Amino acid sequence: MRKNKIRSLLTMLGIIIGVAAVIIMIAISAGTEATISDQITSLGTNLIFVSSAFTRMGPGASSGTELVYDDATAIADSISGVTGVVVEQDASETVKTGAISLDSISITGASPDFQTVRAITVASGRFFTDEDVSSKKKVVVLGSKLATELFGTTDPVGQTILVSTTRLTVIGVLDAKGTVGEVDYDTRAYIPISVMLDKFARTPFSRIKGDTIRMVFVQVDPKANMDNVILQIQILLAKRHNVTVASNSFTITTQQDIIKTQESTTSAFRSLLAWVAGVSLIVGGIGIMNIMLVSVTERTREIGVRQSIGATPADIRWQFLTEALLMSLVGGLIGAAVGIGGAWVFGLASSMRTVIVPSSILLAFGSAAAVGAFFGFYPANQAAQLDPIDALRHE
Amino acid sequence: MTGPRTIIETVDLTKVYGMDGISVTALDHVSLRINAGEFVAIMGPSGSGKSTLMNILGCLATPTSGKYILDGEDVSGLDKVQLAAIRNRKLGYIFQSYNLLARTTALRNVVLPLLYDRTHKHPPEKWEQLGREMLEAVGLGDRMDHQPQELSGGQQQRVAIARALINDPVVIIADEPTGNLDSRSGEEIMLLLDKLHQQKATIVIVTHDPIVAAHTERTIHLKDGQIDTIVHNGKKPLPAARKEVNYATS
Repeated sequence: MRKNKIRSLLTMLGIIIGVAAVIIMIAISAGTEATISDQITSLGTNLIFVSSAFTRMGPGASSGTELVYDDATAIADSISGVTGVVVEQDASETVKTGAISLDSISITGASPDFQTVRAITVASGRFFTDEDVSSKKKVVVLGSKLATELFGTTDPVGQTILVSTTRLTVIGVLDAKGTVGEVDYDTRAYIPISVMLDKFARTPFSRIKGDTIRMVFVQVDPKANMDNVILQIQILLAKRHNVTVASNSFTITTQQDIIKTQESTTSAFRSLLAWVAGVSLIVGGIGIMNIMLVSVTERTREIGVRQSIGATPADIRWQFLTEALLMSLVGGLIGAAVGIGGAWVFGLASSMRTVIVPSSILLAFGSAAAVGAFFGFYPANQAAQLDPIDALRHE
Repeated sequence: MTGPRTIIETVDLTKVYGMDGISVTALDHVSLRINAGEFVAIMGPSGSGKSTLMNILGCLATPTSGKYILDGEDVSGLDKVQLAAIRNRKLGYIFQSYNLLARTTALRNVVLPLLYDRTHKHPPEKWEQLGREMLEAVGLGDRMDHQPQELSGGQQQRVAIARALINDPVVIIADEPTGNLDSRSGEEIMLLLDKLHQQKATIVIVTHDPIVAAHTERTIHLKDGQIDTIVHNGKKPLPAARKEVNYATS
């Protein structure tokens, strides 16, 4: 085996790919699970997203089936089991204070319930209130990283910042929360939804109550019946917009639906990798079997010599089985290194998060060993059953 | 019991090969006896059954009928695993083509039989010392760590002899030990076997070379699977008549 390093390496390639695929596959699953569990802990599973089924916006859009700000208020006021309603609208603006100017900062316009629905805590100052929203007070709450970037170590509360051309007073700074589901909570600024609609959102009217909004987030009491709440929202919206429930003018999605979609995308990817892993391991195993058969033929004479000096069939079988196992384990080792590296690079290069699970390395190793033993057995047995006289006469 | 111990005794040893419905009798009721310390040659033309006899005496094959008693033990009915153990404990082989493991040092080649010794006569920590002693005994004390490809044919055959001796066999079976060697190296190997014989080793040598056979005490001539003649060489040169016959037929 020593003399044929390249031959052994090529033989091990299947095992290497298989083991690496197993590790990457499990890293992706674990990453997805971690992302979902993060979302559940930060948002809860009892969240409903309501949006207009028609995405057409602006002049000429079919009136009557657009979701408006008032709908959110109506949901909050008249449906039992709803514990919070958030209207959100995002914009991207230049933020300035003193000499510092930051481009393309995400500004989130939201209703005060945003804080409870998204489980956000305030580090200093306060979050905006219903009163701030109704009176369109020009206030802003900063994400922790953004606050540091703008003000360094000075307390930002009470200072003012310039967002585009609008001057806003900082009333609070949030605790660090990190990135959840692709949204980095720490690098954003949060303002009352009324100010957002008034100053930044691209709507031609400044009448808050009738303003078109993209989406309403509804938090439901965990004890309430989710299906019932969804039905009530559908009826309410249909009534308010003079359409039938059956027209499906509004799309209602639950957090569960979103998690399911996320799981199904990654599970498609995962099953692809599982196939790659399975097929590579089998192909790798066949490769090992092939090379072991070649090796048995090449070393028939050696087998004869060993038999003549007292090696039993079991000794010979064990010798070749050990070589097959060694080859698959070395392949497994290289594969594990490739897999860990691959999972890491994959996590960096794609939007999918990867978490390397230590037990997956064991699993991959175990399957490599099993493949080696399974596919090594036949050649080893062939070697063991050679007749010593024929083996000695070989060549 | 008087006289020397019997090492090899065969009674009506018969080997029949069946090929495509036609059976060929390679050995036909061969009965012979070899005592401890004897140096015996087996000669015969190809097809005479000498290879078959050697394989059976070497426990590499079993007879179709008849008995083979090696060192007091009937080995004619043993299975593969039992035969492997007998080969390991009681036999030492010397082959025409040396049959050393490539890319393996002389020392490791010599101690290889100990690896398969299930009686664990020698503890592993003693193997190296034992191997060194064996290599020194065959005059290769300075070639321990050489691999076969770095040794001459004669030297490789000496390593093979050291390997044959390491398990202290009751009989050494040599199959054309000088067949691949030039006459000078061949003679050196024969002198080494002579020396082993003087040290009371039992040696059976299969050859078609009368010069090799002349080193032995007794030559068993086989013909058509049967013992033709047994010639006692003593220290005398081989009888001329026999020599001619052998040249003509081999």
